[in-house]
Amino acid sequence: MSTLASTLIARATEAPQQPALTFVERGGEHTISRGEFLQAAQAYSSRLAVAGLGAGDLVILVLQHSLDLVYAFWGASLLGAVPSIFPFLTEKLDPDLYRQRVKTLVEHSDARAIITYPENAEPLSELLSELPVQILVTGATTADFKLPASEISLQSEGLAPEAIALLQHSSGSTGLQKGVALSHRAVLRQVQAYGKAIALDPQTDVIVSWLPLYHDMGLIAGFVVPVLTGTHLVLMSPFEWVRQPTSLLEAIGRHRGTLCWLPNFAYKLIARSVRPGAEFDLSSWRAVINCSEPVYDESHQVFVEKLAPFGFSADALAVSYAMAENTFAVTQTEVGKPPTVDVVEIAALQERGEAIPTAEGKRVVSCGTPIESVELAIFDVERNALPERRVGEIGLRSEFMLSGYYKRPELSAEAITADGWYLTGDMGYLADGELYISGRKKDLLIVGGKNIYPQDLEDIANRTAGVYPGRAVAFGVLDERLGSEKVVIVCELQEGADPAAAEQALRAKVVQETEVTVGDLRFVPRGWILKTSSGKHARTDNREKYLSEFGG
Amino acid sequence: MTDKTEIISKLNAYIVTELLKRPDKTIGADEALISGGLIDSFSLVDLALFVEQSWGARIDDTELNAETFDSLGQLADLIAARAN
Repeated sequence: MSTLASTLIARATEAPQQPALTFVERGGEHTISRGEFLQAAQAYSSRLAVAGLGAGDLVILVLQHSLDLVYAFWGASLLGAVPSIFPFLTEKLDPDLYRQRVKTLVEHSDARAIITYPENAEPLSELLSELPVQILVTGATTADFKLPASEISLQSEGLAPEAIALLQHSSGSTGLQKGVALSHRAVLRQVQAYGKAIALDPQTDVIVSWLPLYHDMGLIAGFVVPVLTGTHLVLMSPFEWVRQPTSLLEAIGRHRGTLCWLPNFAYKLIARSVRPGAEFDLSSWRAVINCSEPVYDESHQVFVEKLAPFGFSADALAVSYAMAENTFAVTQTEVGKPPTVDVVEIAALQERGEAIPTAEGKRVVSCGTPIESVELAIFDVERNALPERRVGEIGLRSEFMLSGYYKRPELSAEAITADGWYLTGDMGYLADGELYISGRKKDLLIVGGKNIYPQDLEDIANRTAGVYPGRAVAFGVLDERLGSEKVVIVCELQEGADPAAAEQALRAKVVQETEVTVGDLRFVPRGWILKTSSGKHARTDNREKYLSEFGG
Repeated sequence: MTDKTEIISKLNAYIVTELLKRPDKTIGADEALISGGLIDSFSLVDLALFVEQSWGARIDDTELNAETFDSLGQLADLIAARAN
């Protein structure tokens, strides 16, 4: 039986001198061979084993985007333990609130160990002193080899194919964090099927990624796939990339990069950041795959226009529809030709849920066809399958679906139907076998690649001095400059409240609690906000009212 | 000679019109831009390019954080010191 661990060992054994990964940091980069990579990961295995951890134990990694994170992840995996990456504290987040979230996660998931930095260990140990979790620190080296490596990797050899390989934290609203549990069989099967869908060639492909590893696109496409297939990975920091978006183009030129995954906003950000007179060599880039946010044709066009002078071809544009619950990819467009753009009547799409082709209308970009083993269906509200060009909720079945939400049987039962369908909460239609996404059933905003729930934003507004409690509504509106949604919050103020003070307090609170910046904040007179009879906010109606009153 | 008040007024106009899309607003010279949740990470790059084009003052990407400048006043000082 293959596991992630046995696959990693096989890659290192067959070609120990081959580069596994080039880690790019400010002021330099260094390349690590497969042999060195395995040894560094084994140091973490050994540290965990000495601490008494073993197969099946959940290990949470509270680490920055770094080599320590990379090695700790595979170290846990080599031991047969279950690694899970938690987003690290940033300068924007409130540190106390952040540590509280780590505590909630540990409580709910029954984690057995946390690996973090020495300076973070003390506040966390204090906070978690009542819980049966060990806090281990970074800096594992060969000095940690107190057990022979062969003995450590033995632990993962007895694992069943259905044993949990890793957890991805799905974006539940903050109170409802859920870990998507994926088996070894699921991850390995996804790696194989997705590799086929993009015609991955580990001999010639070079994957360049700045994506965070706590998100499925970064973790699977930009990390697990290259490591397990033996494809050279050039790994950059998301924090450094966002401040210098063209650093991705430089890395592609330097390493003859061939494959990249980007959320839609990144196309616009990179295009805006190219300075006049800049030079890049993008001739090696064979696919840049748009994923994890709504895809806009206009963003693709701007990207091509800006980068064509550097050897970038529109044929390298590609799209994938993916989610943590399916390990990663559901669909993929054919690599080597631009995705199909379906032009449909706007009114028919919005009012009747029908995608009727027309000459001038809404331009919907294809997400491609299902990858190997994926079955797609579009369901109406009664869960009858709909024909092509009819909008409904996207359902899927595959060989790499989640095993369940970790330690949350009630959520797992809800997510998967008796006949095995996972209902995605996304709305879309099929045309000529290709999938097109038209909206979302779930109340979720995707802002610059980050998922956020409007309920959480409204909750923050309700706790802000000056805001009339229960009289705040949050929703997303497309920001064309960013090529992504922006957060809009509309609230009614209490009598005599100072709007400037309320705005400053609310904006600061949102960024400290969610890292997301409010795009537009409006204070409206009492009675402006529409409510449904159930008392629940009619977010869609208020969004319409906002758009007609304040414009986009 | 570049006048600080003039720089602040030009920065304010750019931010409220292009980034916030709220031309009716005025940002105070001491108001927290980054830590206060007014400007997101994706707009910092635009702001740096605007500063470079308007005053020839280059802001290194390592400086795009709340420590280097978190208000129009601080950004204007940085521009005045580097403008050519």
